[in-house]
Amino acid sequence: MDPGPPVVIRGLNHWFGAGEARKQALYDIDLTIARGSLTAVVGPSGSGKTTVLTLVGCLREVQEGSVRLLGHELRHAKPNLLMLLRRRLGFIFQAHNLHDSLTAIENVRMGLQVHGAMDPRREIEAAGHALALLGLADRMDYLPANLSGGQKQRVAIARALVGNPDLILADEPTAALDRESGSNVVDILMRLGKARGTTTIMVTHDGRILDRADRIVTLEEGRIVADTAPFAG
Amino acid sequence: MRWIIARLFGRLPIGWLQLTHSRTRFASALAGVAFANVLVFVQLGLMSSMATATLRPYSFFRADVMISAPDADSLTEGGNVARQWLLQALADPEVEAGIGLFLGNVTWHLPGKGLVLTTFGVDPAASGFLAPDIAAKAGVLSMRNAGLLDRLSRGLPRETAAAIRPQTPLSFEVSGDTVTLYDTFAGGGGFSGDGHMVVSDQTFLGLFPARSSAAPDHLLLRVVPGADPVVVAERLRDLVSDKSLRIRTYAAAGREDLVYQQTRRPTGIIFGFGVVIGILVGLVIVYQVLSTDVADHLGEYATFKAMGYPPRFFLGVVLEEALVLGIFGFLPGLGLGTALLALMAQATTLPLQMTATMALSVFVGTIVFSMLSGVLATRRLAAADPADLF
Ligand SMILES: Nc1ncnc2c1ncn2[C@@H]1O[C@H](COP(=O)(O)OP(=O)(O)O)[C@@H](O)[C@H]1O
Ligand SMILES: [Mg+2]
Repeated sequence: MDPGPPVVIRGLNHWFGAGEARKQALYDIDLTIARGSLTAVVGPSGSGKTTVLTLVGCLREVQEGSVRLLGHELRHAKPNLLMLLRRRLGFIFQAHNLHDSLTAIENVRMGLQVHGAMDPRREIEAAGHALALLGLADRMDYLPANLSGGQKQRVAIARALVGNPDLILADEPTAALDRESGSNVVDILMRLGKARGTTTIMVTHDGRILDRADRIVTLEEGRIVADTAPFAG
Repeated sequence: MRWIIARLFGRLPIGWLQLTHSRTRFASALAGVAFANVLVFVQLGLMSSMATATLRPYSFFRADVMISAPDADSLTEGGNVARQWLLQALADPEVEAGIGLFLGNVTWHLPGKGLVLTTFGVDPAASGFLAPDIAAKAGVLSMRNAGLLDRLSRGLPRETAAAIRPQTPLSFEVSGDTVTLYDTFAGGGGFSGDGHMVVSDQTFLGLFPARSSAAPDHLLLRVVPGADPVVVAERLRDLVSDKSLRIRTYAAAGREDLVYQQTRRPTGIIFGFGVVIGILVGLVIVYQVLSTDVADHLGEYATFKAMGYPPRFFLGVVLEEALVLGIFGFLPGLGLGTALLALMAQATTLPLQMTATMALSVFVGTIVFSMLSGVLATRRLAAADPADLF
């Protein structure tokens, strides 16, 4: 494992559009994320939370400044490196984006198969375990069409977690979940973080998560305006 | 199938699952591929029957070299050749013998229909130039107005043909003359005639008073044993003073006739065009199905991209789908095509049938073109931008 913090952002600026329409979305962001921490990112809509996540997640090109992810500089990084780095991340999107023709467990297995061939039995075991962790032990062979919105989101979370990612990036993951499964997800993410040093950056306004986050970063109009550690000291 | 694909690709058979997820869509996609296959099969069947029909009259004769008029693109087309060139050709030490071959169409008016018979006039004494089956029966041809009939002629009642025997000949009228059929041989209807008839050159000239014995349609030559017809034909091109004549080996003449029928005659061009249309229809259908499928799953594909799946993974999924469509569309296409060709053969008496070569080449073509469509369809994947997922 790489030494040092998994994410180090320095002087990050980002723009969208070109010419007249060019608009700055991020201004001079500096942020260091500690290993194993759960960082909540909050802020009003349009403040740049998602943009930060997509840059850290190697889904957008870094235009100015520096983002070091798991020891690798992302600015000017080759597509292949970005692809390999993404395999070490767990993405939880707002939309679950499950494959409608794959069952719950097959969708989760896709999170494992990206790492290469594996004994199918061990693969099924690991995927089943991830689903069970999210309370879906009895829904493994269901197609997404036969799952509720919350269940689908939990399958997507299982898919993100099953490969033991070094960093989880989540954008409002509990928005679609009911109260109980929402806390359940928070529990799991926290437990994983503690036990395996999994780092989590999560955009959320969910009070239950904010209560338990190691750190809360607040963005406003593309700038970090507050950075607090509720439980520090 | 799932298992095979999983083994083949070393992953979940996503393409297969995705294609078969909606049964009706899968069925209509397969129907489309099958339709394209049937289209190609019918056209190929027509093309190959055209080949059979074109080459069939060549099989009635045995020759090594053929001399024809410059405009004789096929056996039945073009002007005639002066017999004097035969004498020149015979001067070549490796040319053993030669005859003139006369060709004309005779219509036999049966009740309710006219049978167009491509009629060949040859010297019955030169039986070495006839196919064994015909040569064995050629003795009767030395009689005046005697003929041998193609018993598989289109529109000729089976019983009528079977009744024709040297002891029980059958006569019919041709523009004032009476032709008497003493025996039959196996031929078959083609695209330009219903059947064939062989008569002596003397009978032929009687039936076609405008034709002269000095100018047959083609000259057939036989070379001495061991001589190479290609070399002899080459030499004859120098030897014969009329440089405009077409002097080819007999085999080459048949081949060139076929190429002419398939590439320069409207029917041949239409059949060839039909094959192209069939391939295009198949290509478009498979492309349509696959690119719609990609477009419908952009979010999921973008998720896979975000998860770190490489470009070849997506190509693999789409090719897997192309393969499934190709294989499962081909099978009903083969069944339908075979049945349709058999039906058409019955209705037209053309030599139409499914052959192993046709089935195999269409199968390979289907797979290749499906894959090609798949590769084209993956271009749509570029629109799957994982940055839009958050
Ligand atoms: N793909 C895009 N194209 C153009 N502008 C964008 C795009 N994505 C985000 N923006 C703009 O960047 C700013 C930050 O957006 P975003 O990071 O999505 O905010 P948040 O996630 O905090 O709501 C907003 O002004 C938004 O309009
Ligand atoms: Mg957002």
